Amino acid sequence: MIKAIWNWIQRFSSPKYFYSMSAPLVTWFSIAALLTGLYGLYLGLFVAPTDYQQGESYRIIFIHVPAAWMSLFIYMVMAISSGIGIIWQIRLADMVAAASAPIGASFTFLALVTGALWGKPMWGAYWVWDARLTSELILLFLYFGYMALQSAIEDQRSADKASGLLAIVGVVNIPIIHYSVEWWNTLHQGATVAKFDKPSMHIDMLIPLLLMAVAFKLFYAAVVLVRTRNEALYRDRNRRWVRELIERL
Amino acid sequence: MLKAYYHLLLRDLRLALRNRHELANPLIFFVLVVTLFPLAVTPTPDALRAMAPGVIWVSALLAVLLSLDRLFKQDYDDGSLDQLMLSPNPLMILVLAKVSAHWLLTGLPLVIIAPLLGLFMSLPTEAVSVLIYSLLLGTPVLSLVGAIGVSLTVAVNRGGVLLSLIILPLYIPILIFGANAVDVASDGLPVTGQLLFLGAVLALALSLAPLATSVALRITAAR
Repeated sequence: MIKAIWNWIQRFSSPKYFYSMSAPLVTWFSIAALLTGLYGLYLGLFVAPTDYQQGESYRIIFIHVPAAWMSLFIYMVMAISSGIGIIWQIRLADMVAAASAPIGASFTFLALVTGALWGKPMWGAYWVWDARLTSELILLFLYFGYMALQSAIEDQRSADKASGLLAIVGVVNIPIIHYSVEWWNTLHQGATVAKFDKPSMHIDMLIPLLLMAVAFKLFYAAVVLVRTRNEALYRDRNRRWVRELIERL
Repeated sequence: MLKAYYHLLLRDLRLALRNRHELANPLIFFVLVVTLFPLAVTPTPDALRAMAPGVIWVSALLAVLLSLDRLFKQDYDDGSLDQLMLSPNPLMILVLAKVSAHWLLTGLPLVIIAPLLGLFMSLPTEAVSVLIYSLLLGTPVLSLVGAIGVSLTVAVNRGGVLLSLIILPLYIPILIFGANAVDVASDGLPVTGQLLFLGAVLALALSLAPLATSVALRITAAR
């Protein structure tokens, strides 16, 4: 039984098989992401009620919060697939990790920028050293470190393993960083940031938020597949299956 | 196993003692960087006292970071690292020996010279002792976590900037709690919480970092 599963995994995870199987998935994920995203945006921007404290500017959460969720989610994906790559020597997992890093960094950056844009009217400043902002910034640095290490090592396999190990070390550190930053802020100066007690979210706001979260996940799935396909083509550029693909063009 | 640890530790210490000028460099760097701040910002004692914990801790961090190179670089260049990996002793123990040597040669001197810097920055006496405790608990973590980074970048040409890029984010919790402990102590408040946190991180790093380092060394050696 286990052997059968293992064989299946080996077969599915060969870049050649993955390449041929993933093409329709990209289309479906893209369409699904577009539809949920458009519907979520419509509900969020036009249907959801105006917030009685923040007015219209709260609507940026429909981008900001899902982006922040994605920034952590993608780091977890990266670390888990790096672990799979290191332990079971599955090349596809390494490719997924390498392909995910720039996407995760972009989402982290998006979360920071939208947060700054929201912070200006709400807090009166683009940037404050709030605990969450700070740990998001550190997460961005972790992504940069991963990508820097990945590109600094020439040999592809050891680049994957080295940066993969870094991603795993980063995952162990993320909760420590998060809590230390949180405690630092409360220890250091109390609440500089006037945090209003958030009333539990209205259902008309919650639904578009969750829709946007799903849309972002689908978008990530589509993009990571495209990037992994490119990665597979590039890394296997001297192998027969890629050559045959090219000849068929 | 203990014997291997002991021998490797002694070897590293002996090698370092034969290169004495190199030994002093991180220490001088540490003092130098701290000296820059009164010159750049302001020499008034009140302002110095306010920024002292952060300045001393950041400088210690940078001094350790710059000295990390010596942890594996030489051994990698002359091939003795490969020999160490071939030895029947568990690599984790050998890594631990090398990290201990590194801490004894860089971390400990920083701890010893720190009171002098506290004096420079007009820290109150209670805060100076907390500074020593916090450095004593924090600098081993810097060496342990740094070892992971060095073992990943030792084969990279000009890996210095890269090393700081991947290691500094991981140092942030230590910096926060180390500097905060000193800061709080200079206000005369209890610091048990911060020191306990540093101790907990040290225990975690002591148990996990050698493992990660030995995996990283094998990845580097497989190239």
